[in-house]
Amino acid sequence: MGAGLGLALRIGRRVGTLAIVFLGVTFIIYIAVYALPGDPIRALAGDRPLDESIVEALRVKYNLDLPIWQQYLAYLGGLFHGDLGSDFTGRSVGSLMASRWPVTIALALTAWVMEVLVGLSIGIVQALKKGTALDHGLLALTVLASCVPVFVLGVLLQQLFGVRLGWLPVAGVRDGWPASYLLPAMVIALFGLSAVSRLMRGAMVDNLSADYVRAGRAKGFGQGRIVGVHVLRNSLIPASTYLATDLGYLLGGTVVIEGIFNLPGVGNLLFDAIRTHEGPTVVGVSTALILVFLVTSVLVDVIHVGLDPRLRRA
Amino acid sequence: MLDPELLELAPAAPRRSGVRRLVRQWTFMVPAAVIAVLLVVSLFPSVFAGIFGNGDPRVCDLYRSAGNPTAGHPFGFDTQGCDVYANVVYGARSSIVVGLTATAISVSIALILGVIAGFFGGGFDQVVSRLTDIFLGFPFILGAVVVLNSVGSRNALSVSVVLGIFGWPTMARLVRGSVRSVAGLDYVLAATTMGLSRLRIITRYVLPNAISPVLIFATISIGVVIVAESTLTYLGVGLAPPAISWGLQIAAGSRHFQTSPHMLLYPSIFLAITVLCVIVFGEGLRAAFDPRRHQ
Repeated sequence: MGAGLGLALRIGRRVGTLAIVFLGVTFIIYIAVYALPGDPIRALAGDRPLDESIVEALRVKYNLDLPIWQQYLAYLGGLFHGDLGSDFTGRSVGSLMASRWPVTIALALTAWVMEVLVGLSIGIVQALKKGTALDHGLLALTVLASCVPVFVLGVLLQQLFGVRLGWLPVAGVRDGWPASYLLPAMVIALFGLSAVSRLMRGAMVDNLSADYVRAGRAKGFGQGRIVGVHVLRNSLIPASTYLATDLGYLLGGTVVIEGIFNLPGVGNLLFDAIRTHEGPTVVGVSTALILVFLVTSVLVDVIHVGLDPRLRRA
Repeated sequence: MLDPELLELAPAAPRRSGVRRLVRQWTFMVPAAVIAVLLVVSLFPSVFAGIFGNGDPRVCDLYRSAGNPTAGHPFGFDTQGCDVYANVVYGARSSIVVGLTATAISVSIALILGVIAGFFGGGFDQVVSRLTDIFLGFPFILGAVVVLNSVGSRNALSVSVVLGIFGWPTMARLVRGSVRSVAGLDYVLAATTMGLSRLRIITRYVLPNAISPVLIFATISIGVVIVAESTLTYLGVGLAPPAISWGLQIAAGSRHFQTSPHMLLYPSIFLAITVLCVIVFGEGLRAAFDPRRHQ
């Protein structure tokens, strides 16, 4: 069987799963928002009381007079047209988000690159110095960093590097990329370091005692060539699998950090919407972020399979 | 007919050696001790809150708003002039209650669905696996944000239920995997041939030998849930006043960090230590009972 066919099969299966997951996820969101106790029309009105006739008209307008499955289909149809609902002032959530995506993507990618570079380096150092104080110290530091909630870490680093030392901007995007993004990206990356470095360390420790390493030594290859060329490449797989899925999480998971650092990204829109009780905006933005997560994870998986021929056989 | 005693030959979960190894490690015993203390604190907060003589978290004096630590108030005061130490002590209860309740819900769902998928297989397996995929499709707390946003009353129970509902998929996969590996073994076959009911086979012979990986994972997940609760609370869709929780204290403290850092630092330190201990404890269990390490 050709490698191309294997790849196509895997992509096909992945897209099929994506379709099921997409339907399931949107249905759960739909149920959560419209079928749980609580009146979406009253929620739409915020704190002000509404006239009965207006409530009726809005019910018809938002299909709330139809049976639930028809409502869901109408909602799904809207999603396919990019309709994520509108906020209290009638602006569509989709257009509110449009100008904010670049900020979120820039932040997520910066954080991801930091996580890759620092996480892999830590794992490599740990594996090469296995069992030493350095190994244990790095493990303790990365685990500790992953246990401090991001919003605490965010506020602390903001104070340290932004206010006390004045090295980096405290908040906002006035200084553009990279200056304004370094600090928030660092906070996000710190959280992921423990997983990345642990996977890298584990794989490298296993690989360093593998037969092909002994064969390489027997052939007289230097440590640099064995580790740098062979061990490193073979050890990257577990960490890269994690990093691949993590990119999707980062795109959806920057909500708190964008809020703390006042970066005008999509996450910040959600952060503000929660604080101002803009229910429809919360739902629209979360839905968009979840969908981006789903699509990213499939895309990244496909690229990953393309890069690692062994995965095609699975 | 087969002697029921034969069934007692079923392989026991690897317990003894792991426990003995664990007790000798300070990286396991220290977190275990801290967790034990935290459990006692959350059961009897009034005893611990009163150590410095001002044990009522709701006795507040606005004149001392955001005041620095003084005698009798080692952690200082919050913006309402309430004793931060007493609030931090009482806050432990929210975190631990939500952590345990949500994880218990996740584990229950995971056990039921994982056993159905792993033991009965076929169509059941397909349905459960797709359901698992769907719930894994929600990144971190976003699903919880959507649901909690539309739930009117947000309290420890509703936050726990929502976090529990989004927390089970990985555990269900674990249960499914270990149930499948046990379900084909001879002693299960023997039990089936003896005509034992499926429920009895599952509860007496399959689950006891398939449950340890998921319980170990669940321990770690308690730490993850505690962070998730505080994040949701910080965002404004988790616990709300008059509840006393570290998330609420941190949210309030982060707004006044420059002028009165103690309001943010103390609840944060307690939260971080709790999560750290729970996760290290769980990792210790995992390392001790991981069959690959015994070889």
